[in-house]
Amino acid sequence: MGILNKQDDPFGSGNIIITGVDTLLNWSRLSSLWMMGFGLACCAIEMMAASASHYDIGRFGVIPRPSPRQSDMMLISGTVTLKMATRTKILYEQMPDPKYIISMGSCSNCGGPYWEHGYHVLKGVDRIIPVDVYVPGCPPRPEALLEGLMKLQDKVRRQSIARTAV
Amino acid sequence: MTNQEIFDTLKATYGGAIGSFHEQGGSAYMKRTSSYADIVEYSQIAQICQYLRDEPTLEFDNLNCLSCDDNGDKTLSVIYHMESLKFKHHFAFKVTVPIDHPVVPTVTRVWASANWHEREGWDMIGIQFHGHPDLRRILLDDDWEGHPLRKDYKEPEFYRGMKVGY
Ligand code: SF4
Repeated sequence: MGILNKQDDPFGSGNIIITGVDTLLNWSRLSSLWMMGFGLACCAIEMMAASASHYDIGRFGVIPRPSPRQSDMMLISGTVTLKMATRTKILYEQMPDPKYIISMGSCSNCGGPYWEHGYHVLKGVDRIIPVDVYVPGCPPRPEALLEGLMKLQDKVRRQSIARTAV
Repeated sequence: MTNQEIFDTLKATYGGAIGSFHEQGGSAYMKRTSSYADIVEYSQIAQICQYLRDEPTLEFDNLNCLSCDDNGDKTLSVIYHMESLKFKHHFAFKVTVPIDHPVVPTVTRVWASANWHEREGWDMIGIQFHGHPDLRRILLDDDWEGHPLRKDYKEPEFYRGMKVGY
């Protein structure tokens, strides 16, 4: 809901837009999913390609942030080693709510090529943090990542701050 | 100098400490970079390396690689690859130690670049480089148990509460 400037009021008569709190909140959340800027393995290269001008992830309002305190979304882009898993969990806990996770690539979905002999790899990042969207591929193309991002936006769009009956 | 000539020079100086010469076949490049000598007396590694670096006709001023290996017959090996930037010749040698007493003198005082290679050898294979200034794990976490590239390594079931298996 907002009051428009009378002089350049595009609606002619009224100067008030009416909307729902949920709609407004969801719209603002889904259009500015600031991303925790870190990459874990080869998938990070595709993530960088998606952020560069050709695929331009910025047009979805995704801005890489250098700090978990400023991020809304964490993109797990690559192999989560057990050593990194402990750090990833801390980073996740440092993010303010609401927070979302996209798991990108086979490695973070389920261990990927390291599923059998990867003594040092966590077989799926969902063993330590809750994942919202899984993007399959090794590595997923930037288009697939953008598709995953749009899936996350759909999910955010359907959220409500009202407590629903169980 | 060819690898054979380098080996002969070394043999003339160190005699019994040097074992046999293994010439690798294939291309001239393979011959030059992959032929290696066995070192029998591994307690003399540091002196031999010092000699290889300082002898005016050899001048091996660059340690290309220091790698470690589990031979599967209760012995471990350390392989040193070196090159002279001035003379453009290469040489490699290999020492083999028993698995129940894997102690090899460090060569960090000869080539500072050996520092991290030796830490990796300790981390992955568990060779103890005697006299190393800072022999900590380099890739795995400090509280990791065992040396994962040994043939008899069993991967842990849990690491810090995270399940390791698939
Ligand atoms: S899923 Fe494939 S491309 Fe992505 S981090 Fe794993 S191995 Fe690399």
